[in-house]
Amino acid sequence: MENMEISPDDRGFYGQYGGSYIPELLWANVEELRECYRSVLSDEIYKAELEKLLKNYGGRPTPLYLAENLSRETGARVYLKREDLCHTGSHKLNNVLGQALLAVKMGKKHIIAETGAGQHGVATATACALMNLPCTVFMGKKDTMRQKLNVTRMEMLGATVVPVDSGSRTLKDATNEAIRHWINNPDDTYYLIGSTIGPHPYPDLVTRLQSVISRETISQLRDAGEKGEPGHVLACVGGGSNAAGAFYHFIGNGKTKLTGAEAAGEGVDSEKTAASINRGSTGVIHGSMTLLLQNGDGQVLETHSISAGLDYPGIGPVHAWLNEKGLAQYLPVTDSEAIEAAFRLTETEGIIPALESAHAVALLEKITFEPGSVIVICLSGRGDKDMETYSTYFEGRGRSDTPKQQKV
Amino acid sequence: MDKLSGTQINKENRLTKLLQEKKEKLFSVFFTAGFPYPESTGDILTALEKHGADFVEIGIPYSDPLADGPVIQQTSHTALANGMSIEKLFGQLDELAGKVTIPMILMGYFNPVFQYGVEKFCKRAASAGVSGVILPDLPPDEYAEKYREIFGKYGLHFIFLVTPTTPHERIRRADSLSTAFIYAVGSSSITGVSKSSTSRTHFLKSLKKMNLSNIYIAGFGIKDRETLLQAWEYSAGAITGTAFMRKLMELKEPENAARELKNDLFG
Repeated sequence: MENMEISPDDRGFYGQYGGSYIPELLWANVEELRECYRSVLSDEIYKAELEKLLKNYGGRPTPLYLAENLSRETGARVYLKREDLCHTGSHKLNNVLGQALLAVKMGKKHIIAETGAGQHGVATATACALMNLPCTVFMGKKDTMRQKLNVTRMEMLGATVVPVDSGSRTLKDATNEAIRHWINNPDDTYYLIGSTIGPHPYPDLVTRLQSVISRETISQLRDAGEKGEPGHVLACVGGGSNAAGAFYHFIGNGKTKLTGAEAAGEGVDSEKTAASINRGSTGVIHGSMTLLLQNGDGQVLETHSISAGLDYPGIGPVHAWLNEKGLAQYLPVTDSEAIEAAFRLTETEGIIPALESAHAVALLEKITFEPGSVIVICLSGRGDKDMETYSTYFEGRGRSDTPKQQKV
Repeated sequence: MDKLSGTQINKENRLTKLLQEKKEKLFSVFFTAGFPYPESTGDILTALEKHGADFVEIGIPYSDPLADGPVIQQTSHTALANGMSIEKLFGQLDELAGKVTIPMILMGYFNPVFQYGVEKFCKRAASAGVSGVILPDLPPDEYAEKYREIFGKYGLHFIFLVTPTTPHERIRRADSLSTAFIYAVGSSSITGVSKSSTSRTHFLKSLKKMNLSNIYIAGFGIKDRETLLQAWEYSAGAITGTAFMRKLMELKEPENAARELKNDLFG
């Protein structure tokens, strides 16, 4: 199966989106990466090292699991791409291992990263422990409080976690602070961005490193005896990295409908939302021309999502472009729809998803499909980090003292 | 027209006139519009003019100032909370027509200008008496292809930043696209961070050797007499920002802040 070549132009543009809108202070840092990333990524030794790490350390390929209970309920053939079974509990490791290896090749001595839910921070701290690199992770103060477990994990892995107290104290501000640190420490520091955001070449670099998800999905569907392309691929989008990876090899094949779940928060039309594509407009954030939530004066708005990993006002430029070209669609999923989907997956399949991934599961209620069609959901992460949030709903749902009736 | 030189820019442009008359020891101050109080723009401009600024950079506040340290982040935050916007700023500048005569440059991040509309922005800026614009995150290629003509049409100077990590070829490009002057950022750091002055001196000396067509003026890290004199020795002028904003934060009052800044820098 041949897909379209999804690649920005020399200046990092996907149509009107992307580019590199950065202060001159950052230019040399970014240019150094831009000059080498494609040659390193296609270097045979690098590829072999990365593949070995992904397999033996990361646990790839991750299973493609036919969720039979869920399939019965929905009338489709629902497969879960189990990125939650990656080492560290999410797809983030795919990108992190690739970039950390790249950083070593570039001779960098210190890794910095931003994190929202903490999944990217944990993956980065993990790779740094493995490769013996000092690691500093910037995390919004609000997020350090709602994702405490991941803060502890990062610290145990030897990373320094810097709580960011500026702005909305979430992912956007953590990203600002990581960029500022990079400006001040240009020489030996590598900025390991966790999503398909930022100035060129990051969106392309991260997309390529995550494309392993759809590459595996294709051969696993074939092994499962599915003929032809899947009818649908579903994934959640915050910055958009797992979706970019899950969509990559299916883009433009004319048969697979690609759908991203945006965090609508309390409602796509409410003030408390993070639905950048459905509610945003064109502008610049973190060095990229893309769609973002902003007011009429071009000030970036504070966003809301129950999921820290999707609580971001922008979107990777590749998704802004896929949306514009009609190559993928992006539907809003509210906090409560995501919570419902999380409990549904837990009850039917015994899998507690991350709140982020629960947004993708919720798409099952929103898309239309023929009975029996093949639907792949990218289950990007596991839910351990969200237990505190889930437990509040769990109490609310009324825990019963008697065991639930056994399913037949 | 290959290049818009200073003299081709609108004859009414105050910055053009200034740079024709004064070619060294220029002194400029940056401040965030809307800080410390909503209507402070006029008071600040008047105070700076009185206390010896040759020209000013008026900062358009932005929610996510990537290249700024805590002081300018804080002033931007307060300014936005005070309701400052591009439209408001132009309104304030309109009212100051005739009262303030030093050249004014608007400086800010690209997104607010992009949302306002670049052409509309230039038109309003020119009519409000603005001489030039600095948008540090608008890349030279984008500027050259999409916006250069518009800035030229309204007689506005456009100024690029260069840093010690900018390669020579790129400095030449910034030189060919800039009108008025080049903004030489003395160290690889966000605003308000002190780094060694030796590297700044070294960088400014290296710019001198390049025989650029524009003059260059040093900024970032100019905070006292020593750093000012150093900038003057190796470049055509100095721009201070954070040092003045600190004064404003402390004293809350433009006249006193400008006087103290002058005392600190000029003795």
